[in-house]
Amino acid sequence: MKKLTAVGLGLLMSTGLASFQAQADEVKIGMITTLSGGGSHLGVDIRDGFQLALEQSGRDDIELLIKDDARKPDVAKNLADEFIQRDKVDILTGIVWSNLAMAVVPSVVRQGVFYLSPNAGPSDLAGRLCHENYFNVAWQNNNLHEAMGAYMQQQGLKKPFILAPNYPAGTDALEGFKSRYHGGELAGEIYTQLGQTDYAAEIAQIRASDADSVFFFLPGGMGIAFTKQFHGSGVELPLFGPAFSFDEIILGAVGEAAIGVVNTSQWAYDLDNPTNQAFVESFREAYGRTPTLYASQGFDTANLILSALETAHPDDADAFREALRAADFESTRGEFRFGKNHHPIQDIYVRTVVAGDNGQPTNRLVGVAVEDMQDVFVDECRM
Amino acid sequence: MTLSLLFEQLLNGLQLGTMLFLMASGLTLVFGVMGLINLAHGSFYMVGAFVTAWTAGTTGSFWVGLGAGILAAAAVGAVVELLVIRRLYHRQHLDQVLATFALILIFSEGTRWLFGSSPLWLNVPEALSGAVALPGGSRYPVFRLVIIAVGVLVAVALFLLISRTRLGMRIRAGESDREMIGALGIDIAKLYTLVFALGAALAGLAGSMIGALQSVQVGMGEPVLILAFVVIVIGGIGSIKGALIGSLLVGLVDTLGRVFLPSLFKLFMTPAEASGVGAALASMLIYVLMAIILAFKPKGLFAAND
Amino acid sequence: MTRLHKGALDKTPGATPVPMPRIQRETWVNWALLGLLLLAPMIANALGEVYYVNLATRIAIVTMAAVGLNLAIGYGGMISFGHAAFFGLGGYVAGISAFHAFDMTPVLSWPITMPGTDNLLVIWLVAMLSCAVLALVIGAISLRTSGVYFIMITLAFAQMIYYFAVSWPTYGGEDGLPIYLRNQFPGLDTNDPLTFFLICFAALVLALAITARLMQSRFGAALTMARLNETRLATAGIAPYPIRLVAFVISAVITGLAGALFADLNGFVGASMLSWHRSGEIMVIVILGGVGRLYGPLSGAMLFVLMETLLGGLTEYWLLFLGLILLFVVLFARGGVMGLLAGRARHE
Repeated sequence: MKKLTAVGLGLLMSTGLASFQAQADEVKIGMITTLSGGGSHLGVDIRDGFQLALEQSGRDDIELLIKDDARKPDVAKNLADEFIQRDKVDILTGIVWSNLAMAVVPSVVRQGVFYLSPNAGPSDLAGRLCHENYFNVAWQNNNLHEAMGAYMQQQGLKKPFILAPNYPAGTDALEGFKSRYHGGELAGEIYTQLGQTDYAAEIAQIRASDADSVFFFLPGGMGIAFTKQFHGSGVELPLFGPAFSFDEIILGAVGEAAIGVVNTSQWAYDLDNPTNQAFVESFREAYGRTPTLYASQGFDTANLILSALETAHPDDADAFREALRAADFESTRGEFRFGKNHHPIQDIYVRTVVAGDNGQPTNRLVGVAVEDMQDVFVDECRM
Repeated sequence: MTLSLLFEQLLNGLQLGTMLFLMASGLTLVFGVMGLINLAHGSFYMVGAFVTAWTAGTTGSFWVGLGAGILAAAAVGAVVELLVIRRLYHRQHLDQVLATFALILIFSEGTRWLFGSSPLWLNVPEALSGAVALPGGSRYPVFRLVIIAVGVLVAVALFLLISRTRLGMRIRAGESDREMIGALGIDIAKLYTLVFALGAALAGLAGSMIGALQSVQVGMGEPVLILAFVVIVIGGIGSIKGALIGSLLVGLVDTLGRVFLPSLFKLFMTPAEASGVGAALASMLIYVLMAIILAFKPKGLFAAND
Repeated sequence: MTRLHKGALDKTPGATPVPMPRIQRETWVNWALLGLLLLAPMIANALGEVYYVNLATRIAIVTMAAVGLNLAIGYGGMISFGHAAFFGLGGYVAGISAFHAFDMTPVLSWPITMPGTDNLLVIWLVAMLSCAVLALVIGAISLRTSGVYFIMITLAFAQMIYYFAVSWPTYGGEDGLPIYLRNQFPGLDTNDPLTFFLICFAALVLALAITARLMQSRFGAALTMARLNETRLATAGIAPYPIRLVAFVISAVITGLAGALFADLNGFVGASMLSWHRSGEIMVIVILGGVGRLYGPLSGAMLFVLMETLLGGLTEYWLLFLGLILLFVVLFARGGVMGLLAGRARHE
């Protein structure tokens, strides 16, 4: 115990000193993200994309602190306290999951710290709880589902069968889909258990229905399991979904079962613009793999911060906020601007999964599902 | 709901049940013989799946991968027994829970260290892919039928092993009186290692087969572990027969609950609401089943010994 | 403020001198641990390091949750793998109440109208009552079983509540429920980290005091006997079942209050407070500190939270090392931290 006390006091003193030594003009960014356990490939890609942008900027006055939240809301909250109260960061970013964002963001932004979301976009933060210090650089959670609803209507599909896990992001997904799909009648609507990995019963229901297509939102391992089992079931209906079940890493795990699936994304690695081409090339060179949309979001988030730092230091909060709002940076996804609730207005693309050069499945850009898409919660935001 | 769809859903319940049996039989065997609660049983499932996926990816053959996965799970089981588990036999359940909880953390993060954060690729072997026609016009994946067959084979083999062989005799002796088998001059240490490795191998087998259907990723063993515990508690801890009945019961109740509860609520709710409420209740169903059974039969359906 | 913690300290248990050298040493260790927990955040606050004040608050709350579980496991021999149910329920009471107070909507409009409130005293009372009722139901059914069956049936109940919370949309489901403004204690500024720490510290000391008094009473003797030798208790004409049930309920109430405080500390409540990992974590803290030792949870929580914080900063594989340390403790340091610091417990 004595040792423990000594360690504790030592820590107290060393951090006390550290805060005196901090330079006034240096910018400190705290990144809380998921690096361990299931689903950690999202956090790893966000981190790698973010770091790549910082390296390419060549600035040495930015300090990036990274910590793992193990996908637990209270750990994330504790890390946020640590970053703000002990390390005195100016900007926080990195959270992957909506439930962690809800635990961290509302209190963080009220303390005057900027938070830039590289992934999660729960509806409350876009509407009721929007805040001047909160910026979402990815999407509002419903965007990709809404876009898919619109696209499936355009494609003339009359009887889609839709399914998602029974939790807020899942109900948002199906509601979002239905809000933009009016091209026919649903063949069925199923909520599955969160974390469920066997979909035999659901696939049997799809087979028994008279559906002409399937829309599903099953992120991570759930989507891998569903796609493989659907492929093996002998049901031959086209599959549609948001990009979350079809990033390059998940495609590697699903294998050829994913070929032919159509998905919506705000970004694609074969999107034809110079920023994106340079990003994909340098990411492959640095990390030896094709970036996912999460990596592109991390990269864009860092570049947005860098662009705003050209104008102002976060200590000058109003000027820095204005600079962020201007979104004056070259994004990897083409044209990008913020709505009044600080959520993106951007094109949502359609991709399809094809067999790549080495037989491995990969995404190919097909076209645009919805142009200049904005979230539907913007009117609830009083800002 | 047509008869053929009902039949298909019953098959699905059966398949989930046999998969659970592969996990639960090892768990209950280890408890019956050694009196050990092993939370790390799901880790052997994960080890089996990862080694199978890695080997299949390297050699291109699912079958080589399957063999490697089972062997690796058995070997890891034996090593864990020698290093850690055997120090726990004489401890309280509480110490066993903590130590094996620690093993979960070590295995999950160790696996991530070795194989990385991304889920691995593993598919159903070419020969067993595709679907066959069921009576009534529906189609059913071949691989799922194979899983059912493997589950039945394992159940039969376990019954024969326990009732007909020398090893089985010792296991039965160990279940009824732990001190006595020492007195009979049987090398208990070796027996325990063997039983533990056997349980791990069964978990590895389940992980390899299920990995081909689902996602091979870190943490995949935990949901299955909880289900397997529900199974053995319902069946009566230590009883292979109980594990079999419990597995089928849980498999069928879970599958049919997921299918029928939402339809039931659709009678008096909008489809979206019914689907949500039905799914919520379906996810609680097996725990309700377990609580009801234990409320009336506090030692499960086929209690062996506690 | 001084009044508050002085009053609390007067009730500190373990001060009763017992004429055994081992116990003397344990008393000293207990006082040292409690003093450390009280002093460290005060020093940190004086140095302007708010983070360490909140860290100490976290330790105090987690300790309290474990004190509750310790009553069930350590003194009552009831290995509950479902205490997250009570921890989470307490948290949800705080969260839901604050949610309605913020929105100015009633929590219940039928059969009675019940408005939301941000008064901590009311919230704590409701949290403790809800946990007592839930524990009465769970305990009444679960205590019919024993051994591993008890472990698993408590887990089953917690899982039911977890899945219910995940899929119930009104209060955020899996996204959880933020508490925008910390709930208020009449006459105190709970937003001040040190004040909130002292509130939690006082609650912890009270929980320790109640546990100590309880175990010194006839009830405690009966509970101990129910754990050690049920038959002997029965021959004394006391049925073990009601004794265990009451202890289980008190244990749940303490853990539930800790949950309510935890929600206010984080400004957030979510389904993760109900997950089986959480039950496991509280149990780990009890075992790490030393089962059935009054101050075991305190030493366990200190070690656990500090490990979590320090290791988490060193490597992204920190859970691996946490696992190795836990394994080492259970294999080679029997009796947990308290066993190391204060020697073996009396009855071992």
